[in-house]
Amino acid sequence: MRRLVWRAAELVGSTPETATARTLRFRVPGWPGHLAGQHVDVRLTAEDGYSTQRSYSLAGPADGEYVELTVESVPDGEVSPYLTEIMEAGDQVEIRGPVGGWFVWRAENERPVLLVAGGSGIVPLMAMIRTRRQAGSRAPFRLVYSLRGPDWAYYADELRRPDPGLDVSFLYTRTVPEGASRPAGRIMLADLAEGGWPAGHGPDCFVCGPTGFVEAAADLLLALGHASERIRTERFGPTGG
Amino acid sequence: MGGFVSIISRGFHGRRRDEGDRLPPGQYLVEDFPVLSAGPTPRVPPERWEFAIDTEAGVTHRWTWPEFLALPQETPTVDIHCVTEWSKLDTSWEGVSLDTLLENVDTAADYALVHSYGGYTTNLPLEDLLDGKAWIVHRFGGEELQPQHGGPARLLVPHLYFWKSAKWVRGIRLLDDDRPGFWETAGYHNYGDPWREQRYEGD
Ligand SMILES: Cc1cc2nc3c(=O)[nH]c(=O)nc-3n(C[C@H](O)[C@H](O)[C@H](O)COP(=O)(O)OP(=O)(O)OC[C@H]3O[C@@H](n4cnc5c(N)ncnc54)[C@H](O)[C@@H]3O)c2cc1C
Repeated sequence: MRRLVWRAAELVGSTPETATARTLRFRVPGWPGHLAGQHVDVRLTAEDGYSTQRSYSLAGPADGEYVELTVESVPDGEVSPYLTEIMEAGDQVEIRGPVGGWFVWRAENERPVLLVAGGSGIVPLMAMIRTRRQAGSRAPFRLVYSLRGPDWAYYADELRRPDPGLDVSFLYTRTVPEGASRPAGRIMLADLAEGGWPAGHGPDCFVCGPTGFVEAAADLLLALGHASERIRTERFGPTGG
Repeated sequence: MGGFVSIISRGFHGRRRDEGDRLPPGQYLVEDFPVLSAGPTPRVPPERWEFAIDTEAGVTHRWTWPEFLALPQETPTVDIHCVTEWSKLDTSWEGVSLDTLLENVDTAADYALVHSYGGYTTNLPLEDLLDGKAWIVHRFGGEELQPQHGGPARLLVPHLYFWKSAKWVRGIRLLDDDRPGFWETAGYHNYGDPWREQRYEGD
């Protein structure tokens, strides 16, 4: 039987993605590797022994003993502001995983893929995009990324760089760049009809983000005729959506 | 999860909350009601809803929606604990005890495999469904159970992690042998006791 153990993880570096999100790179000796889409549990322990844990998706493909997470600082949160604002290189947390064998994409899979991200839900989907690129996979990918406005994009440069076989469409819920044809607003049928695949192509759909977003996007995919067995969802915990 | 402290996160103080002894290890409290499931939300109109118990001898007991609502109803108030680390205290539900549903079911099975509209399954020992520990519920907080939370009806087994409380429940198969369900075959713990922090296989 496999056992998930807590491993010491040292922060080796971090880069800001947006004004409120950071990508953190940890060295985790003994890390067993992982698949795109999986997540880890992170445990923090205070001086007096108090500890708490949260789940975070892995942002990149397996990379030896390194793992990368991208964390959005939730106002008034217990854990995410610590990870993004207080932690410095050399500080430690504990990490265990990888967790989740369902919301995963494997590079052997050549079916078309539709990724639908809401906000920080882009993180595990980015791991799939990066895994595809690293493996030289020819599976056709489309990403529909819903975010507040252009300044809120994680991995912005990387997603704008050409990556053959990957189409990206951004949709903005609050602020749109000047001259944009789509007004600001929540995800709609047309966004998925235009940015996705026709249901007849039978794509594997991965939907990730806050609960309300995932509910809405998964219902739209069903309305477009996608089979529910082909729609995999990951909801990012308590967002009240 | 021993009581020893291994790695300290410098500068982390955390937010201790006064929840007495009602919070299992590694859990934190939420006020809202998060949703966790593996796919889209199935919509099951009550007129097409049916709940069935199949015994190991191949006998099936069925209830339509009106038959189910005509059974004696209970209103448990319980704490629930999700494996994604949130807990919610004093949630109030209305539904039918599994003791009532199993009253006239002749079985010597040791295990139950719960299945749902949409294809989800989860397994547990039959004794964890008995003696006032489990219900099929259709109301939450005084209102109809919403589809995203498992409506029209879900299983409620509050003493185990919440993935065992199958949403959109459709039936229960009673079995002589234990057959792991959806998350249980995907690396999660077979039993899932939050007080022993049985999150993943091997915990
Ligand atoms: C499988 C899984 C994968 C996840 N992956 C990621 C990831 O890759 N990146 C990431 O940033 N987060 C991710 N999350 C969310 C993460 O686990 C935490 O919930 C989040 O960081 C907030 O924790 P906190 O301690 O800062 O806030 P808490 O102290 O737990 O919460 C403080 C307040 O913020 C609200 N809140 C909690 N979470 C959120 C949220 N996500 N958005 C808005 N409000 C919230 C709470 O309801 C509460 O009111 C994931 C969650 C799950 C279940």
